[in-house]
Amino acid sequence: MAIIGRSLTKRFGSFAALDDVSIEVPAGSLTALLGPSGSGKSTLLRVIAGLERPEAGTVELDGVDVSGQAAQKRGVGFVFQHYAAFKHMTVRENVAFGLRVRKRPRDEIRRRVDELLELVQIAGWADNYPAQLSGGQRQRMALARALAVEPKVLLLDEPFGALDARVRKDLRLWLRRLHDEMHVTTIFVTHDQEEAMEIADQIVLMNHGRVEQVGGPRDLYEEPANEFVMSFVGPVNRLGDSFVRPHDLELRNEPNGKTTPGTVERVVHLGFEVRVELVLEDGREAWAQVTREEADELNLTAGGTVFVRPRRTRVFESAN
Amino acid sequence: MHKWVLRFLGLSYLGVLLAAPVGLVFWRTFEHGFGPAWDAVTTPDAKHALTLTVLIAAIVVPANTVFGVICALAIVRRRFPGKGLVNALVDLPLALSPVVVGLAFLLLYSRNGWFGNWLTDHGIQVVFALPGMILVTIFVSLPFVVREVVPVLREIGIEQEQAAATLGASPFQTFRRVTLPAIRWAIGYGVVLTMARSLGEFGAVSVVSGHIVGKTETMTLQVQDRFQAFDYVGAYAGSVVLALLAIGTLLVMSLFKPKEATR
Repeated sequence: MAIIGRSLTKRFGSFAALDDVSIEVPAGSLTALLGPSGSGKSTLLRVIAGLERPEAGTVELDGVDVSGQAAQKRGVGFVFQHYAAFKHMTVRENVAFGLRVRKRPRDEIRRRVDELLELVQIAGWADNYPAQLSGGQRQRMALARALAVEPKVLLLDEPFGALDARVRKDLRLWLRRLHDEMHVTTIFVTHDQEEAMEIADQIVLMNHGRVEQVGGPRDLYEEPANEFVMSFVGPVNRLGDSFVRPHDLELRNEPNGKTTPGTVERVVHLGFEVRVELVLEDGREAWAQVTREEADELNLTAGGTVFVRPRRTRVFESAN
Repeated sequence: MHKWVLRFLGLSYLGVLLAAPVGLVFWRTFEHGFGPAWDAVTTPDAKHALTLTVLIAAIVVPANTVFGVICALAIVRRRFPGKGLVNALVDLPLALSPVVVGLAFLLLYSRNGWFGNWLTDHGIQVVFALPGMILVTIFVSLPFVVREVVPVLREIGIEQEQAAATLGASPFQTFRRVTLPAIRWAIGYGVVLTMARSLGEFGAVSVVSGHIVGKTETMTLQVQDRFQAFDYVGAYAGSVVLALLAIGTLLVMSLFKPKEATR
């Protein structure tokens, strides 16, 4: 079911968390709301869920204006960063909660909960309390709880934010696979561009309560709308008025007329990738990302001179 | 060494200030055997005083529990004008001397008081009667449930309640299934304190009750009256009954206590 937000505005005191934001999330997609902290991404998610009331604007779920509806009536599944587990209930009771408040028959609840616990791989923990689960398990429980009521849309607020790096990577791939099976329209909030690019079909990049760009991971990386987008979705060097990705900086030992000379400050070996830190002619710092082989061929040493040519650059009108 | 000094200091403090006086009351009560003490607490007036004390507690405790939970929810979960004032007013009974409270109610409800005239005209007797005693007891024991519940509500935060809402729970279902189980213990402690305070209230009740033996005399008032009449066994026996009521409350409380809370 598609989600549409129109001209949403939300203020906290004098701070504009959402400044006339409009978004469109296609049915069945997995969309990331990406942005630095304070960009309004969580607020937007909470407005869609009905947990915050916007001062202006409307929210439509599947073509129905739900702006006046309380969270209770919207039929959204919401997953919180810190799980929001019901501490006094077992895992099974947590997952069953939505079905129990809907007064579903006992055996139907049992069946559905068993199914979901299996799906999120915590069936063996059904009678434990959330406090006895690891962070990753708790978040999977929270997801099962949200899915139990067959929500029209699934909203996840930094779902992996409180987990350590390993678990985080596993879980996000798992979420992607789960989404491919279930096709529930899903929005997840993250400040991690890698996470967004890895699993989202569509990324909504936000900054200062506004949407900077909407597009697929590749669009944002290859065709950034402005300097902010370009530097947020990947590393970037600035050369004069133009911006260039470190892997788009070509290094040569000899000048060829289009190059500018630079001094190698440091060579960092990161396995396959080698990071070459440079100071250019005009005193500006930059870094180039080259392969191990390229670095070996160039015979780079700190203090040496290389000649630099950007393969592709971008210039934004708002720059300067 | 250090540890033993601390332990000794702690235990002697408790011993001298808590255990010794209470123990002494028990000792004095049963000094001449069980009989006289039993006789002292089974006179018709003593039975009436006990009934009255329990009756007042039975009305005050539920009233202040319901009010306390609603008030705590309002203070923690809502934003409304005058919230700071409400928060401060809740503490007023702790700061105000009970005698002052009693006098204030006397001024309001006695024959020439603000509400007193109207009430007397309609045949309602508040002061020197049960309603006044209940009102002042509610007043003095009002803060306990609120003060126990507020910090727990703050600590559990709002996310579990919001999660319940997104799962389709109505505000009442959310309260009953999510909030109430989380604050159950705080309410329990608040109830014990409220109960202790309403059983033991003396100052305010003393002022508004008029000490009418067999009518408006509670246990605490009776203990004082008997003491002043040199009926020491009677006074001590009454005290023991009050102490047993308090101990009973604590016991009932700890029976319901979950295992994790005792850990």
